[in-house]
Order: sequence, then C-alpha cells, then structure tokens
Amino acid sequence: MTLAQAHHGFLSPTGVEIAFLLVGLVTFGAALVTVTTKQLVHAALWLVVALGGLAVEYLLLTAEFIAWVQVLIYVGSVVVLLLFGLMLTKAPIGHSPDADSGNRWAALTVAVAAAAALVWVVVDAFRATWIDLDGPAAGSTEVTGASLFQNWVLPFEALSVLLLAALVGAIVLSRRAKAESSSPPVNSRAATESSRSVTESSDNSGSPSSASDARKNPAEQEGTR
Amino acid sequence: MNDALDVALRLLVVFVVFLTFPLIVGQTEHKVMAHMQGRLGPMYAGGFHGWAQLVADGVKFVQKEDIVPAGADRRIFQLAPAVALLPYLLVLLAIPIGPGEGAVGQVVDAGIFFVLAVMGVGVLGSLMAGWASANKFSLLGGLRTAAQLLAYELPMLLTAASVAMAAGTVSLPGIVDAFEWWWLPWQITGAIVFFVAGLAELQRPPFDMPVADSEIIFGAYTEYTGLRFALFLLAEYAGIVVLCGLTTVLFLGGWHGPWGADGLGWVWTLLKAAVLAFLVIWLRVTYPRLREDQLQKLSWTLLVPLSLAQIALTGIVKVVIR
Repeated sequence: MTLAQAHHGFLSPTGVEIAFLLVGLVTFGAALVTVTTKQLVHAALWLVVALGGLAVEYLLLTAEFIAWVQVLIYVGSVVVLLLFGLMLTKAPIGHSPDADSGNRWAALTVAVAAAAALVWVVVDAFRATWIDLDGPAAGSTEVTGASLFQNWVLPFEALSVLLLAALVGAIVLSRRAKAESSSPPVNSRAATESSRSVTESSDNSGSPSSASDARKNPAEQEGTR
Repeated sequence: MNDALDVALRLLVVFVVFLTFPLIVGQTEHKVMAHMQGRLGPMYAGGFHGWAQLVADGVKFVQKEDIVPAGADRRIFQLAPAVALLPYLLVLLAIPIGPGEGAVGQVVDAGIFFVLAVMGVGVLGSLMAGWASANKFSLLGGLRTAAQLLAYELPMLLTAASVAMAAGTVSLPGIVDAFEWWWLPWQITGAIVFFVAGLAELQRPPFDMPVADSEIIFGAYTEYTGLRFALFLLAEYAGIVVLCGLTTVLFLGGWHGPWGADGLGWVWTLLKAAVLAFLVIWLRVTYPRLREDQLQKLSWTLLVPLSLAQIALTGIVKVVIR
C-alpha cells in the first residue's frame, strides 16, 4: 500500500469517489427530469439515462455482474417494453396536455418516504460491517454466483416460484380476455405481456447465470459480508 | 505511459475493424447476391470488380442534404443513429479473436452479459427513430422492432446461458478456452437458435418485417436521409459482424482449429465468422419475408422451447460427465 492510499481521508477523495459522486448527480438529475417532463417519450428516454447511470455506479463499486444485468434487464427490456406500450397510445410529439397528475404531492411523499426507508435500512445494515478488500472483487461474477447459490439459495428459489406464479397469472389473464372477446387477439401484444414473466421464471431450470433472478437481490448479496 | 499507449492502440485497432469489416460484409453482399441472382453486381467503382462501390456510396450519402421533418422531435431524431450504431462498437471491444490478452480489445469478466446487454441497447436507436419521425410508417416500424426484440431476446439469452453452463464461465475468452470439439454436436441446437434469434434482432431478411421496404417503406428509417441513414445501414452491417463473431466465439470454438491454436488462431476466428456472414447473405437471397405473426410464432413456439431443451440437455450432460 502506498502512502497516498494510506492517507486519503474523508476530505481528499479519490478519483473513483469523485466519479461516483458526479455520476450520481447525473443519475439524480435524469430521474428528476423523468418524473417532471411533460413529454411522455422523453420521460422514457430520460429513464434510460437514469438506469444507465445506476449501472455505471455499480461498475464503480466493482459490481460488474450486477451492472451488466442492470443494463440487460432494465435498459434492454423494461424500457423497450415501456416504449412499445407508449407507441400503442396516442402520446403526441411535444407536450402531453394531461401529463401532470393531481396526486403529485402524494407521490412525492411516498417517494421521499421510500427513499428514507431504503437509506435507513442500508445505513443500519452496514454501519459496523468491515469489508475485506484483499480477496477477489466482491461484485465479480464468481463471488456473486457463489454467494447466491450457497448462502441465498432459499430466497432465490422463493423468487423463482413467485415469478412462476406471475407467469401462470399472465397466461390465465390473457386466456380469460380471449374467451370474453371473441375477436382475434393481437398476437404480438399477448406475447409481450407474458414475455416478461417467461424471461424471469424460465430461469428455474437451474442455469447458474440466470440474469433476471440474480438482479432481484443485490442487497442480500452485499449483506453476506 | 506505456499502458496508455497500449489502450490507445487497442481502441484504434477495434475502431479500424469497426469501420472496415462492415464495409467488407456489405461489398460481399453486393457481389454474392448479384451472382446468386445471375447478375454481376457493381463493376465500375474503383476499377477491379467495383471494389470501391461502398466508398462511393458513402461519398454520395455525405453529400446529401440532412433533412429533419418539420413535425419530428428534432433532438431525438438526430440522436437516434448514434444510439443505434455505438453499442456495436462497444461490443466489438469484448470479442476475442485469438488466444491470450493480445487478441481482445478488453477482457470483460462477465463478457456474455456485457455483449448481450449492450447489443440490446442498440435497438433503442430504432425505437427512437420510429417514434421521433412523426410518420405512421416509422411508428409501425418502431412497434414491430420492439415486438421483435422482446420476442427474440429471450431465446438468445437462454442459449448463451447454455454455453456459459457448459464452459463454467461467462467470460468470452474463458468460454473459447474451455471449448472441446464435441461441444459442436452437443450445443448445435443452441447455436442455431442463437444465430436465428440474432438475425431476427438485427432485422435481417427473412426477419425484416420491421423495415419491410415494400410495405412500410423501411419502417423507422423512412424519414432519414444522407449521413444519418448511412449510419443506420452501417449499424446493420456492424451488427452482422458482431453476430457472426459472437456465434463463432460461443459455439464454433473461436480460434480452435484442426491444427491447434498456435499462431494462426485469429485466422480461424475470422474464417468462421466470414463463413457465417456468407450464410447471412445467402439466407437473405433465399427466403421470403416472414409475416409479423409468423415472426412472433416462430420465436415463442419454436425457439424458446428449443432453447429450454438445450439448457436441460446441457445440464444433464454436465452432471453426467462430472
């Protein structure tokens, strides 16, 4: 360990810490624009920036696996699904007249409360935790996989069952809708509704690198150390 | 300083590959398609068998006026080609063409996830273009693009997971290192599913419903002219290079060849990728376009079950041989 590393303290941050802070600010700003912009599709695209910024934060914290899964699931699938849904609506180019909801203050309260709860839980959980930095990087694929399938198998499987239930539910709902309306279903739409659930619960078959389940409990993985 | 030079050199090489290989594939497509249809293809530009046709095309595209429709969402319309193109540049960084550190732009620990995640981002470019053009054909194209991505991303991921299970790693060089010749019959279903799903994600014929030029006039790209349109085309061909490279690395053993991987390993990688690229062109000439519902059906009722079966097979074999 060099002298510089030994002595850097709270007031002399490293480059990574500065980058972390800056990316965090960008992410926060993008998230703010997402909920305040009056152009619906712009909101979805700013969401891409916010989610991508989060992925960069994961990378800076050496959690490489989680970072790529974040991009794969959220940017690659969730936002695409969102845009797909928006294209089916009459979202205009330019301002949507009714983009502002009357519940914005209630929404703000809930958001602040949720953020406070999360911060409190994380701070409380890691207050006295010492993380050993000498071993392999804590977020690497190998370490993540080992902790997921050794220490956290039960929650992992429980989540799989939950997602399976969601899949079955989606199928039941779409079949009932089909029975009620005798008109032929829009193929692609029915397919996409179940696609999210298929993605997630089909990982039950035991693939070690199941992306979508792994992203569900990053916090739990961190908790093992 | 030496490190910086090394990084700069790698980036430069990847960038040059990114600029030249798609053009080579494009030129090959011109010539192969022409000969398969009993034509000669470009013969004049550059002199020898029209080798400079795509350079001439590029010059033509640059000279054209860059038009943004009055009703379009300007910034998103202009940003879309970059979003479509840049992910492929990033993916090329992670594809190894030979053994060792020297033959890959950057070793990524979770390589499979990196390439699939970043490739998925490229589709956002088409969606942005489709929505921002203020054109109904473009909107239809964008819708179809999104539906197609959602359908084909899943089998692609599942088959990639199958290879990762077989190799016991998700790093791309690690997978090729672990490759044995008998993986070829073992993973053949996965390979075919991956390749077909990749073709669909690139919207190549016969999966080109989102850009069907005779029905919705090139879909999301209807309103584009000049350089921006050329960038979308370049993205398609860069996508072919990336897909062929990935299939080679994941399923065909990359630099492994009949006479060992020493020295000429990268030739094997390029050769296999070139054969696959030829296959892509061949498929375009051979098959008619699939209808939108046929597209969805192919993925959900055939490719997804096949990829799940491949995963099961991989798991069984993996347990048996341990």
